[in-house]
Amino acid sequence: MADQATLDLIQAYITENSVVLYMKGTAEMPQCGFSSIVVQLLTELEVPFKIVNVLNDPNIRNGIKKFSNWPTIPQLYIMGEFVGGCDIVKEMYQNGELQALLKSKQILAA
Amino acid sequence: MAITASEIKKFIQAAIPDATLTIEDLAGDGDHYAVHVISPAFASKSRIQQHQMVYEALGGRVGEQLHALSIKTSVPPVTPSLTIVESES
Repeated sequence: MADQATLDLIQAYITENSVVLYMKGTAEMPQCGFSSIVVQLLTELEVPFKIVNVLNDPNIRNGIKKFSNWPTIPQLYIMGEFVGGCDIVKEMYQNGELQALLKSKQILAA
Repeated sequence: MAITASEIKKFIQAAIPDATLTIEDLAGDGDHYAVHVISPAFASKSRIQQHQMVYEALGGRVGEQLHALSIKTSVPPVTPSLTIVESES
């Protein structure tokens, strides 16, 4: 089970960074197809983002699932808000919702 | 630890009884599925909440017993007869 210190750390990280992707592997070398897809989409949109490689820390890997009440990874946070996993991010990208969200948060130029 | 498509279907339909769903075994290994769940229960819920309902229906199996489940959720279209507003000319 995730301890409070881990949950606090997750909260601090998503508060301090506009776009955070919890993923398996790194942006350069994703270790899972779902993580890879989200990296590709963010890269294509030229969104600056921070990643957390959950494979480096079992506390974070389990903690993020509890934090978001979401059982799978990747998980995308924008301005401290949980956006979704791969399926949701992909669907939002395809219908333009993701771009609109990033513009409304002034992460992308309108 | 594989799970069959019909088991997944059973779990989802038990939790969301009015759901219509299609399921596809992506890799044929009982571990990678894509499911499309359509239910009026999703109305007025955010997309995240809709997916959480599906995860909850599967009772913690996703991410553990079931490695990969791609989820798509939709609200069924409203029957046209309910939305037609008659206008008098």
